[in-house]
Amino acid sequence: MSDTHGVALRLAACGKTFGDGTRALEPVSLEVARGETVVLLGPSGCGKTTLLRIIAGLETPDAGGRVLFNNADVTGIPIERRNVGMVFQSYALFPNMSVADNIGYGLKIRGVSRAERTARIAELVALTGIEGLEQRRIDQLSGGQRQRVALARAVAVRPSVLLLDEPLTALDAALRERLRGELDRLLRTLGITTIYVTHDQAEAMALGDRIVVMRNGAIAQVGSPREIYFAPASRFVAQFVGAANVLEATAADGHLALPGGRVRLADGVASGPVTVMLRPEAIRVVAAEGAGLCGRVDAVSFVGDRQRLTVTGAAERALTIDVASSLAVEVGQRIGLAIDPDAVRLLPGDRR
Amino acid sequence: MRARLIFAAQLLFTLLVAAFLIVPAVLSMLAGVTANYFRGIASGLTLQWVVQVWELYAETIARSFLVAGMTLVVVLAVGVPAAYALNVRGGRLSRMIEEIITLPLAIPGLAIALALLLTYGGFSDFRRSWLFIVAGHVVFTLPFMVRSVMAVLAAIDVKTLDEGAASLGAPPWRRFRDVIVPNARPGIVAGALTVVTLSLGEFNLTWMLHTPLTKTLPVGLADSYASMRLEVASAYTLVFFVMIIPLLTAMQLAADRAGGARSKGKRP
Repeated sequence: MSDTHGVALRLAACGKTFGDGTRALEPVSLEVARGETVVLLGPSGCGKTTLLRIIAGLETPDAGGRVLFNNADVTGIPIERRNVGMVFQSYALFPNMSVADNIGYGLKIRGVSRAERTARIAELVALTGIEGLEQRRIDQLSGGQRQRVALARAVAVRPSVLLLDEPLTALDAALRERLRGELDRLLRTLGITTIYVTHDQAEAMALGDRIVVMRNGAIAQVGSPREIYFAPASRFVAQFVGAANVLEATAADGHLALPGGRVRLADGVASGPVTVMLRPEAIRVVAAEGAGLCGRVDAVSFVGDRQRLTVTGAAERALTIDVASSLAVEVGQRIGLAIDPDAVRLLPGDRR
Repeated sequence: MRARLIFAAQLLFTLLVAAFLIVPAVLSMLAGVTANYFRGIASGLTLQWVVQVWELYAETIARSFLVAGMTLVVVLAVGVPAAYALNVRGGRLSRMIEEIITLPLAIPGLAIALALLLTYGGFSDFRRSWLFIVAGHVVFTLPFMVRSVMAVLAAIDVKTLDEGAASLGAPPWRRFRDVIVPNARPGIVAGALTVVTLSLGEFNLTWMLHTPLTKTLPVGLADSYASMRLEVASAYTLVFFVMIIPLLTAMQLAADRAGGARSKGKRP
């Protein structure tokens, strides 16, 4: 069952201007391989949901934009004939139908026989772990159960592409984390081409083969979770995906000059003003004596699995540093900071 | 003790108000079975007036139900899809259309009737048929159905449900039939109840639109008040009650059952 299915998806110059003249999406081009999971990540209003709705067929792109499923142009085809599976943020489950009827609705529309439908429903109920709920009404389900029913309903029809619009947002934090794991396992099992919209970078990291970071209706960066995290293309991506210290400083003879000392840079960095990014966990705390870079602990916030320090004096602005929760540090203490040259990421100059 | 006094006072007040409303109806119905109203009950009880009403006006009663039923059919066929379309489309145009549909409520029935007569009076077959009255009733009752259904649709985020059904491959009419109508049912039932009630009791419009051969129950009632013995008119009222109360009760029960199923389902 782990063979891939679904279609290869291609978007060519898909922009969207709404009737009132609002530009929701700049013309965007994107290719998604068959079986791939691509996450559209960005803050609210970045155009990610509009892009998803264009793929679904719920919105038509502005003139010139094209949506292709396996190289067939589907731009003019409405959603009901695109064979997509969609999970809505509010799930859009039908309150007038039982769980089983919800899951089987797409099959019923397609004229699948009752026996075949029953078998497929049983298969999906088992896959999503909602056994025993088949005859329940939708309003008798918990949030997590609804999410599973919505997913089962969307994949029941073996769609060409699975579209998920913030499917976990409506759930509380603990449940969200658990379902994220389940969803990841399920998407791998199904191996279907998937577009997943979220504003939660942890979700994006966990689920995406690739992440498309969006901002102001345009794509800011496309890459694997690791590329996005370790080599962000801009200050926006660096700060939106995970925590980041972004510093403007001067590079001179292979070092970064900061108020609190110097940090060695990787080879080949030209001298001059640079913008760099340091991830909080890439900075180690060492003894102040003999350290290349020093600072003063301004605040310690204990978050259980680690503690987050705010360190002033080392750079122009306060640095955020994550250290092991076992490390003994006190506010006011002077500490040394060690940073691996490879952990200092150069960002392109401030274009946006 | 004090609490019991207060309770007794409240009960008495409630009974008085109820009596104030019910006694005239009872007296009217009693008059319908009194041999001679001017001599009072002492003159004896009789069903002769009821029989007379039945002989004279049975036709109007049947016609009233026919008109109400037909009005309901047309209002359902037009109003429910209209409410769906207005809800899904949204925007200023939809609100304007909603206002225009509602306008007949603010215009006196006589004026609407006059407008209908001026416009369609020339089509003499239509003018003479009971369908002409149905047309008037549809204009008058449509806003109640549209409003009632729209209120329910607005409460259930019908747009997303519609998109959900569409994503599963359902063409528009299947979405309407499988998802929209079942979920709008409480609004449809409530609207239907209102439409039938209004149509059965409608007088203003109907009085203008009717011909001697297309009298409805309320028009016949007015006719009997104007030209018959008081006992006949009263017997007519009695017949009206006997006809309409079971119908409305049945419809209310049906509405309760539809609503009841929903609220029962809400319990976890």
